[in-house]
Amino acid sequence: MATCLCDAFFDDVARATVEVLEYLGCEVEFPEGQTCCGQPAFNSGDWPAARKVLRHLVDTFKGGEPIIVPSGSCAAMLYHGSLLAFEHETDLPEVEKVGQRTWEVLDFIVSGLGVKQWEGACEKKMAFHSSCHLRGSNSAEAARLLLGSLRGAEILPFKEQEQCCGFGGTFSVSFPAISADMGLLKLQNIREVKPDLLVAADMSCLMHLRGLSEKQGNPVPVRHAIQVLRDALVAEGKLR
Amino acid sequence: MNTEIPSHGQPIDRFAAAISGEVYESVHSSSAIKSDKRQALLAGDYPNPKHLREIAGQIKQHTLESLDKYLPQAVESLERNGVRVHFAANGEEARQIIGSLLAARGAKKVVKSKSMATEEIHLNDYLAANGVDCIETDLGEFIVQIDGDHPSHIVTPIIHKNRRQIAKSFEKHGLGAYNDDPETITRRARKFMRDKYMSADAGITGANFVVAETGRLVLVTNEGNSRFSLAAPKLHIALVGIEKLVPSDRDLSVFLNLLVRSATGQQFTAYTEFISGPHASGQPSGPEEMHVVFLDNGRSDILAGDCREILRCIRCGACLNICPVYRQASGHAYRSVYPGPIGAVLSPLLAGEKFPSLADLPKASSLCGACNDACPVNIPIPDLLLRLRDKGKREHAPLASRGVPPMGGFAGLASQPALWKGALLAGHVMNYFPVEWVPVPPLSKWTAQRTLPEFRGGEFRKWWKQRRQR
Ligand code: SF4
Repeated sequence: MATCLCDAFFDDVARATVEVLEYLGCEVEFPEGQTCCGQPAFNSGDWPAARKVLRHLVDTFKGGEPIIVPSGSCAAMLYHGSLLAFEHETDLPEVEKVGQRTWEVLDFIVSGLGVKQWEGACEKKMAFHSSCHLRGSNSAEAARLLLGSLRGAEILPFKEQEQCCGFGGTFSVSFPAISADMGLLKLQNIREVKPDLLVAADMSCLMHLRGLSEKQGNPVPVRHAIQVLRDALVAEGKLR
Repeated sequence: MNTEIPSHGQPIDRFAAAISGEVYESVHSSSAIKSDKRQALLAGDYPNPKHLREIAGQIKQHTLESLDKYLPQAVESLERNGVRVHFAANGEEARQIIGSLLAARGAKKVVKSKSMATEEIHLNDYLAANGVDCIETDLGEFIVQIDGDHPSHIVTPIIHKNRRQIAKSFEKHGLGAYNDDPETITRRARKFMRDKYMSADAGITGANFVVAETGRLVLVTNEGNSRFSLAAPKLHIALVGIEKLVPSDRDLSVFLNLLVRSATGQQFTAYTEFISGPHASGQPSGPEEMHVVFLDNGRSDILAGDCREILRCIRCGACLNICPVYRQASGHAYRSVYPGPIGAVLSPLLAGEKFPSLADLPKASSLCGACNDACPVNIPIPDLLLRLRDKGKREHAPLASRGVPPMGGFAGLASQPALWKGALLAGHVMNYFPVEWVPVPPLSKWTAQRTLPEFRGGEFRKWWKQRRQR
């Protein structure tokens, strides 16, 4: 599943996901009818609207294959949020099944496919922002493991690392002051350690943090972890 | 407390934008330090702190779900210990019960140790209006009291003040010339308090736990003020929420270990008191008469609803300390006795019919889940916030939807692939249009402080098609 953000803004992240999975020997499908995971409506408290979107999703992703998502947030919506939204609905079992098939892509690579080390190099100091919706999953650990295994890569720890970046979906527009201040604090803590690159497993956090930093006139270079892995393969001549 | 609804924007966001740098600094640094200490201590002391939190959550959940068994058992045990037990359905009843107990003994001077339940029923105002001189003996609460302020945190009520501000209020209230040395402040407060303790007619406390099996009441403090509050007075009244029960003494080991580490990042507080009844013969001192007032005040309604997990709360404040929104907005932004993540769930629920006036609180969260990870009784706070958002929407509480883009149109798009693809193409106008000038929310709320990324709708789909054709 590409996610609505990658469908609208970050096509290269979806592309990198496909390229990496194919490199690892997976056969990738992209159901054309897909849209979004319904999280914007769910988080806004409009659960009937969220259910409408999720029912469409269940329909689009029929079958038994794993559903791979380049976003911890959308993945968590499918294996956790959706169950809340459907707790009193008769079609809960179908939603549950979709949740059980869903993986955040880095977690899938490490825990699902058993890949523990990545080929190639990335001679960069990276700050890895562990997005909140990776909590309770293996994704953050998986990302650190793979990124850290790249030749020449260094992952820098920074202050208040586990704090939220302040995006929070509709929270970013309904609480604009708090959201921006949380993001600026995150940027300050990140800049302190002077990374070459800010990496995360969710484009939403990166969109927010880059957006803030650009507005400040001091843009932070950002990249999704799956892009970093893909780029390393390309540089190594393993991928074209 | 001010629960008025400001005219536009989310109240908490406006509050956060308006707080002073000084308040922000006090709240942020103190809560960050406490969070770090908590995490380090738990990780150092237990092989698997998460497991311990889960056990604690299960014990509490079990107690709540069997309250019909444990509450009568607690009453029996307390009475066996010589304690008189009362039930208050709401704040009004609780105030009256306490008022008449005081009147019956002609008690005019009261020392009170920190209790959120008494805050919840605004006991101090009631007592003052009835001519009772009631002094808060916890240093933080005392400062709040002399300043006519409100606590902004459930464990550290003056987290929003720095020592310079405290020194100033001491000076203003005749407690000595300006001196912002914390030791001096504490010494002066102690001296002032000592006389109050000795001359008090009654001591009022809350309770951290009440053990159903033994009727033991547990109080945890660092200043020893609850112990002093019960030294001289002949009457002890404890106001206790019905959710404070634990089944047996054995369970206390789990809760005391977690509570103190989670609250203050200490292994143990300086004073932990186990009170098993009034003054027994042979004891050198202690109240002759002891009453426990069990407070419902909306709790049984919460227990019957789908957010009942919130009643597991042991008021440790860890969720406040870790919460990025609380750190930005501070406690007063929540306009209720319980701020932060616990307050964002509990306050609107306790408000009962007035739910709509606090329906914005559950929205004041990026749903980051840090509170859930911190909570010693493993309350799924983000899930409860989401349930309350759903409730707010269903009940059309105006504050629940303010500033949030409507989702009906979105759902229409996102459930019809043809429309969705159309929108992905149409969106490209954004790239040729100065979107930053569009003064319409939600776009303007985004672009005021952030740039928008380049719109590339449909690009991935194009790439995908070409790749398949090869
Ligand atoms: S909700 Fe949990 S973390 Fe928050 S105060 Fe209560 S027990 Fe502590």
